[in-house]
Amino acid sequence: MSTAHDSIAEETEVERGPIYGVMGCFDKPAELYHACEELRDAGYRHFDAQTPFPVHGLEKAMGLRPTRLPWFVLTGGLTGLGSAIALTWYCNWDYPLNISGKYPFSYQVYIPIYFELTILFSALTCFFGLWIICGLPRFFHPTMAHKTFQRTTDDGFFLVIEAKDPKFAADKSRALLEKLGAKDVEEVYS
Amino acid sequence: MNGVGVWGLDNTVFWAWDITGFVFWIGIGHAGTLISAILFLFRQKWRTAINRAAEAMTIFAVMAAGIYPAFHVGRVWFLYWVFPVPNQMSIWPNFKSPLLWDVFAVSTYATVSILFWYVGLVPDLATVRDRAKTKLSYYAYGILSLGWRGSHRQWLHYEKAYMIFAGIATPLVLSVHTVVSFDFATSVIPGWHTTIFPPYFVAGAIFSGFGMVITLMVLARKILGLEHIITKRHLENMCKIILATGSMVGYAYAMEFFIAWYSGNLYERYAFLNRAFGPYKWAYWSMVSCNVLFPQLFWFKKVRTSIPAMFVLSIVVNIGMWFERFVIIVTSLHRDYIPSSWSYFRPSIWDIALFLGTFGLFLTMFLLFCKFLPVIALGEVKAITPPADPHPPHDDHGREDEAGPHAADPDHDEPRAAKEDEPPDVAKADDEGEDEPQPKAEPKPSAKKKKKKGSGSKSKKEDES
Repeated sequence: MSTAHDSIAEETEVERGPIYGVMGCFDKPAELYHACEELRDAGYRHFDAQTPFPVHGLEKAMGLRPTRLPWFVLTGGLTGLGSAIALTWYCNWDYPLNISGKYPFSYQVYIPIYFELTILFSALTCFFGLWIICGLPRFFHPTMAHKTFQRTTDDGFFLVIEAKDPKFAADKSRALLEKLGAKDVEEVYS
Repeated sequence: MNGVGVWGLDNTVFWAWDITGFVFWIGIGHAGTLISAILFLFRQKWRTAINRAAEAMTIFAVMAAGIYPAFHVGRVWFLYWVFPVPNQMSIWPNFKSPLLWDVFAVSTYATVSILFWYVGLVPDLATVRDRAKTKLSYYAYGILSLGWRGSHRQWLHYEKAYMIFAGIATPLVLSVHTVVSFDFATSVIPGWHTTIFPPYFVAGAIFSGFGMVITLMVLARKILGLEHIITKRHLENMCKIILATGSMVGYAYAMEFFIAWYSGNLYERYAFLNRAFGPYKWAYWSMVSCNVLFPQLFWFKKVRTSIPAMFVLSIVVNIGMWFERFVIIVTSLHRDYIPSSWSYFRPSIWDIALFLGTFGLFLTMFLLFCKFLPVIALGEVKAITPPADPHPPHDDHGREDEAGPHAADPDHDEPRAAKEDEPPDVAKADDEGEDEPQPKAEPKPSAKKKKKKGSGSKSKKEDES
């Protein structure tokens, strides 16, 4: 199948940068899972899996720490709540409206506002926080130059050992990936 | 006569089709969020097949609903006054009014629904990008997918974000129709001033929303050839939800009458007698038969699994829910306290045209969605197929292997233990979903399905031309 990805890759003259890592592909999530465990146990730290869907528990096999995103969202939500209180207070202080005899700052009737702004700010923090923490948007990544990269979003389970890992050595890491059963192992350059 | 004067309103019935249409559309949106958020939190795996399209429906329904307040403010170009922005009168909106709460609730709902939907779309847009045939679509989907590459370090954050979105969308969706019901419940009009309104409105919203989801899905799965993914089982589950929420709505109708009698309040009693036996009795009894009686047919499995039957019933449900809002709004208003001001509301041609227009907007947006975006959540559907489980029960990595190379590694068992809670439902897809798409997907589950869908968006175009 020829796709726009392939034809653009052919047309574009790539200036090869320094090596980014060695990348190979597995057919099954289980193979990838065990390969990740092996790498983790072999002492590798800078490696990544690229999969069409989140393979459950892979972060444990890779030895990753839980995400800090919830803390950002909590902060965002509290900011939203604070802004809502400030907004209702300021507007009713600046121009008090005497409606149904209620005090200007009748916080009970503002609860829907507090609730909605808490949700809104949490959602916005979650959305933007997610992309910031993931380093996106980023329209090129060295792994995209792998010749079967397109299987990443289809049915391929990739493993890439990054060159910045202290244990990385192009030939040894490549041999390790091949020993673990990876196919299409090749170097990718940034 | 101009502005909102072209509607059939008068001094007595000052709210009619405009607010009816608004509540109708907002309610329809609720099913999408229920599917995407609440069913996600309850680990209802079947939701993945219908989740994307239902969420899209939510967004378009909220857009259609937004048309009404936009025109209802009278001067559309001053719509921004509903937000607390400084203006030349240095006056602020009235934060004590439920109508302002509505502004916050609906705009938050719209924003969160769009963000949640887009987050879900990104990995699938990357799939479409990688299968794009033309440069234009490669770049367009490339930009939209933000350069997603499925890295597990990203999936880790992504899954948490998805969970958080589901967690905050759940109370949000319940709050939106609650706030909408406050528009009525906090007033002193007999027939509106009731405490049952919030749960009653939320149940009605989910009821009507699922009606619309079935109407759309029955057509979409047929036309787009998705019958193996959106199966009869999905439709049947939705019929069950319609049955449950329809019965709740029926209970609310009965309870309103009981309380009207039990309150001993003359005006309250009259409002309800007038509703059922007054000049609008035709609307009231259409509502009761469409919302309470007909959905009871879903008790029969034959009806729940018959596509034509559920298609007709889903439309009946939506007609009924439109009548419900009309009945609540117009019958409570048209006979107010002085008999000399009683009136009978008739819609003008513009009321009708505006309502048809919102359907036009809604359906156009839905068709554009079907044409350009992945209608099924590809990644999510793949993730619930049995081969997606990293610890398949009958694989060579099975139980025997557990005593194998890693048995001594205490760390190694840990993920497996965690697996016992989570991925088991992945494996459970076995028993849960005979008709889930997995059977055809044996060796490389995703490969086949993808071909159907990834090229789906493409081949759809070919089909159409």
